[in-house]
Amino acid sequence: MSATVITITSGKGGVGKTTTTANLSAALAACGKKVVAIDADIGLRNLDVVMGLENRIVYDLVNVVEGTCRLRQAMIKDKRVDELYLIPAAQSRDKSALKPEDMVAVVDQLRDEFDFVIIDSPAGIEQGFKNAVAPADRVLIVTTPEVSAVRDADRIIGLIEAEEKGPADLIVNRLRLDMVKRGDMLTTDDVIDVLAINLIGIVPDDEKIIVSTNQGRPLVMENGSMAGQAFRNIGLRLMGQNVPFMSFEQPDTFMKRLSKFLMG
Amino acid sequence: MSFFDRLLGRKESNSSNVAKNRLQLVLVHDRVDLSPGKMDQLKDDLIEVISKYVEIDQHGIDIALTNSNRQSRLTAQIPVVNVRK
Repeated sequence: MSATVITITSGKGGVGKTTTTANLSAALAACGKKVVAIDADIGLRNLDVVMGLENRIVYDLVNVVEGTCRLRQAMIKDKRVDELYLIPAAQSRDKSALKPEDMVAVVDQLRDEFDFVIIDSPAGIEQGFKNAVAPADRVLIVTTPEVSAVRDADRIIGLIEAEEKGPADLIVNRLRLDMVKRGDMLTTDDVIDVLAINLIGIVPDDEKIIVSTNQGRPLVMENGSMAGQAFRNIGLRLMGQNVPFMSFEQPDTFMKRLSKFLMG
Repeated sequence: MSFFDRLLGRKESNSSNVAKNRLQLVLVHDRVDLSPGKMDQLKDDLIEVISKYVEIDQHGIDIALTNSNRQSRLTAQIPVVNVRK
């Protein structure tokens, strides 16, 4: 087995990196892949709560690097899905506790045993981002259809190219179909047009994401949500399958608009 | 918004177009790390240099940064004044 190492990053904070990491990791594991998710956001640990594994942490990533524990001791096994593991970030340290070489060394120890290593990057373009990207074979950039997030994504694309980790793929997260329809939100095509990058997924804005985070149960573990399906589709694309993008909306016909207009 | 606009499904507001245009403009400058202010300086310097050699129509100058597939390009349209008629 030789793992594909995927780093999830964004530049801007709060666009859904951690949610994406949790859901893609669970989606890949549900497809029978052996997956380990690594929280590289040292000092701002969150992947553990989003995945619902926070009560089982004993050791963390910095402990592994400093030799306080063995790698295996820091790996928490998710009991709901076969072959899904988490290596949590340290909470009481900061980004300077890790160097890019440390991340490469840790990930290299995982390559033989896993199919996928998914790394949740911190926001920003500094040390933490560099640590998270250093071991990556592929980089997925998460953005929302807003000017600030897209601008930051553009900066990240440039940095990924400079690090020779590209070409990166893009996930457009939290697309609001109602706003797109009335022309008040950038469409996925707009974002792709501006960034000139390959699209690997479109995730609609979905309240169920918040509910699933409240419960610590990644949305892909249930059926029947659009966002969950969107994440499962990205997982399949990462496995090399050609999955068409979900068609969220059919353009209104004249008659439909007429009836909508007359009926109010 | 008129009756016909609504009937034809035309959009009430279209802030996404504004967003796209603003993004394209800001990214063009971000990518080469050249602010609009610096562009003005560059334009002045260009005029100075070129004026040493030919007479140019300073009002007709158009200097722009463009982007195609993440490749940035600086284009300049500089009208030259014909001295001998």
